[in-house]
Amino acid sequence: MPFIPHTENEITQMLETIGVDSIDDLFDEIPAHLRAGVLQAVPHSMNEMEVSRLMKQRADQNSSAICFLGAGAYEHHIPSAVWEITTRGEYYSAYTPYQAEASQGTLQLTYEYQSMMTALTAMDVSNASMYDGASSLAEAILMAVRANRKSRSRKILIPTSVNPSYRKAAHTIVNGQQVELIDVPYDSASGTVTLEQIKQQTEAHGGDITAMVLQQPNFFGCLEEVDAITDWAHDNNILVIAVINPLVMSVLNPPGKWGREDNAGADIACGDGQPLGAPMSAGGPYYGLLCCKQSLVRQIPGRIVGRTIDLDGKEGFVLTLQAREQHIRRSKATSNICTNQGLVVTASTIYMAIQGAQGLENTAAACHANNNSLVEKLIAIDGVKKAFSAPQFHETVLQLEQQPAAEVLKALMEKGILGGYNLSQDYPELGEAILVCTTEMRTEEEIDQYADAMRDVLSSGATVASLAESA
Amino acid sequence: MLIFEHSSEGRRGAPQAPAEKAPLTAIPEKLLREGSAALPEVSELQAVRHYTRLSQKNFSIDTQFYPLGSCTMKYNPRACNSLAMLPGFLNAHPLTPDAQNQGFLACMHDLQSMLCEATGMAAFSLAPMAGAQGEFAGVAMIEAYHRSRGDDARKEILVPDAAHGTNPATAVMCGFTVKEIATLDNGDVDIDALKQAVGPHTAGLMLTNPSTLGVFERNIEAIAKVIHEAGGLLYYDGANLNAILGKIRPGDMGFDVIHSNLHKTFSTPHGGGGPGSGAVGVAERLRPFLPLPVVTEEDDSYRYLTAKDCPQSIGRLSAFMGNPGVLLRAYIYMRLLGREGMVRVAEFATLNANYMMAEAKRRGFTLAINDRRASHEFIITLKNEARDYHVSAMDFAKRLLDLGYHAPTTYFPLLVPECLLIEPTESEAKEALDGFMDALEQIKHEAETNPELLHAAPQTLPVKRLDEVRAAKQLDLAFKKQ
Repeated sequence: MPFIPHTENEITQMLETIGVDSIDDLFDEIPAHLRAGVLQAVPHSMNEMEVSRLMKQRADQNSSAICFLGAGAYEHHIPSAVWEITTRGEYYSAYTPYQAEASQGTLQLTYEYQSMMTALTAMDVSNASMYDGASSLAEAILMAVRANRKSRSRKILIPTSVNPSYRKAAHTIVNGQQVELIDVPYDSASGTVTLEQIKQQTEAHGGDITAMVLQQPNFFGCLEEVDAITDWAHDNNILVIAVINPLVMSVLNPPGKWGREDNAGADIACGDGQPLGAPMSAGGPYYGLLCCKQSLVRQIPGRIVGRTIDLDGKEGFVLTLQAREQHIRRSKATSNICTNQGLVVTASTIYMAIQGAQGLENTAAACHANNNSLVEKLIAIDGVKKAFSAPQFHETVLQLEQQPAAEVLKALMEKGILGGYNLSQDYPELGEAILVCTTEMRTEEEIDQYADAMRDVLSSGATVASLAESA
Repeated sequence: MLIFEHSSEGRRGAPQAPAEKAPLTAIPEKLLREGSAALPEVSELQAVRHYTRLSQKNFSIDTQFYPLGSCTMKYNPRACNSLAMLPGFLNAHPLTPDAQNQGFLACMHDLQSMLCEATGMAAFSLAPMAGAQGEFAGVAMIEAYHRSRGDDARKEILVPDAAHGTNPATAVMCGFTVKEIATLDNGDVDIDALKQAVGPHTAGLMLTNPSTLGVFERNIEAIAKVIHEAGGLLYYDGANLNAILGKIRPGDMGFDVIHSNLHKTFSTPHGGGGPGSGAVGVAERLRPFLPLPVVTEEDDSYRYLTAKDCPQSIGRLSAFMGNPGVLLRAYIYMRLLGREGMVRVAEFATLNANYMMAEAKRRGFTLAINDRRASHEFIITLKNEARDYHVSAMDFAKRLLDLGYHAPTTYFPLLVPECLLIEPTESEAKEALDGFMDALEQIKHEAETNPELLHAAPQTLPVKRLDEVRAAKQLDLAFKKQ
């Protein structure tokens, strides 16, 4: 019997101790007419050999195309040691560290994670993780609403240059709490949000804005003017929520340093930790990073680890500030979150330790250089042009002037290239446009292979024919 | 020692990143970082040794009996991990076109179907990333359902006082007010109090069955009737599904919406705090509101349903598809169990809990609820020991750690004073249960003769009892280089 160790003899002894004749007697409080029959739609048990065969078949059905797709999930090199250590049973099969003395491994590691994440973002405080970047943004918004006591509006400005999936998830999650998410259109020339547009939306909505969201780099890979916007927001009593790619923060000005020195930084920073050691894995598990200024520490949701001492004065680690959380505060908690993404944070911590700042910087810089190289080669092709003028980081929007993006991506896929993200659904105003991404994983040969494939596709009769069809 | 304290300036890790830093061309100076982030500078061996040694300071299922009530700490089969980490799954970008992602989507579609069958629901979404997010999705669907019918007055969610803290916290997140319903001494919901509480303002009732008191709610049909006649919906918190898997299905009990903690019942690892999965299932009338994405099968191929297909969906909860790696592990586990294995889960989890409960009684412990069957867990109250020997449930818990057992859940549910909530799970052998009961009996004896031993516990772990007050007052949440 899979995963059941009982012998017949033991079962008999145990039933005797309980004082019943059969296991079935233990279910006699359940109304008999409600009992389930055989679970017909669940297949029969398989052994490990059979399941292995099935899963290998299924895994092999998935594509092995060369990935130039980003849009929120990125293919990076992960040192072998990261998941080898992470999947040790002592990390893998431990529970939330409520019994601190028996969980010092997970607790110290989480404290180290918090230390690394605050170093990377230049923020004061990091929690132990949220579910993913999108849900982390939603919680950041709710946190800002609690924290900004000078604002009564519960209105949040959110540029359309922020990842559309994040905006949708945030909408779902804050929907029940009378929070209004107000779109700020991006500037069609630069691909970034302008202070003009932000001021205009603020005025149009009565002037009292609780917080604004700013993604760096934004969904298009464009770099926002974070300093000027942060300063203006703070001058107008608006909290700033940064959405960041943590890997990229190794080389870009981190959110804790945005704006004037005396009023330093974004108030809350969130984002997805995936680029730091989590495989793409069809969408997860990743983790949401969530950081804030010291003054907001009692408003941050989720678990936090603190360093303290034991009875002998020896250093140790515990979950702290638990009065914010649902298991203590119930309906008055900062959030309903309980389970987080601990194991992925374990991987991420080991990843950052092995890479160090230099490893992260070199990785990020290589992504940037590779993407520049790809974009240069692609825009040299007739019918491909860059959509935006702002400086970019490792992702770029390209407009396909004569061809439908969907057809081009499909034709590229047939040549073994996962060519980018089709923007036509979320951003119809861009016309036929794709978002391409290049990480440190891509070789010069693969970049050339993409450029050659694109050239072939755009000049081939098949695509022209399908263009005529769709017209 | 922290990893930062192993650091030495200028030390580089392994050849894990490009050797040279490429120029950051075309980025204005003011957008660049000044100076490097203060991360540790260690060799790969130092990092591997440090994190291996840290791991050894954890209790875990793989190393200790871990009878943590309400958490279902069962064996996490290794095959689930290695097969979910096949390159075809790990290297799949979440936005890969469906046609190139058929292997993964097939697994997700099968998983949805198996969950429907195991719970008696009409449809499932795998989107929620943890139990609390599953609860959120479930309650948001209840809200959307009432709103779609123009039934706008339903602003209250009922929750038994024994419920997990996530239940009331979730209802508030979804914009509801919360009313607690009392529980009777025998562990059943006070149905008279429930009748008093319902009305045209009732949106629904959130119920865990078996409850957190470790007993099956015998009046479930009557409760369902009260809620449904009042126009409300019935929400099933799947935290304790392990106790009844294949024996009785929430759908057959009258529940309209459920979440299942796949990291409990379906054995995906707890990972020191996560990730989990809180897949949600619904009866037919709530199907249109399921969170996205959902996988559907058309003409022998699979695809994600989108907002276009499901205009009434409550929407997305994550950037992509919940926690696919967790979902794959649950899927593999379910295929290993099969229909035969699923029902055995409930049978042997229940056998183990009832055996331990009988042993606890025989050894002189006071049970929170008498003359009832245990579900997959049961509660000991140490209120007498606390009164007579000035030892607390926490002292018992810490002493258990010294004896090599992870402590049961303490001080939950909140209604039982000085309690230990004990859940052995089906994957533990009789000798583990006996060993634990021997330890508990030994501690009871120590409490009577040498309570200091309990107060001073633990003595054998990397640290002694930690100063939680200091941790909260003198906040030290991140290492700063002196």
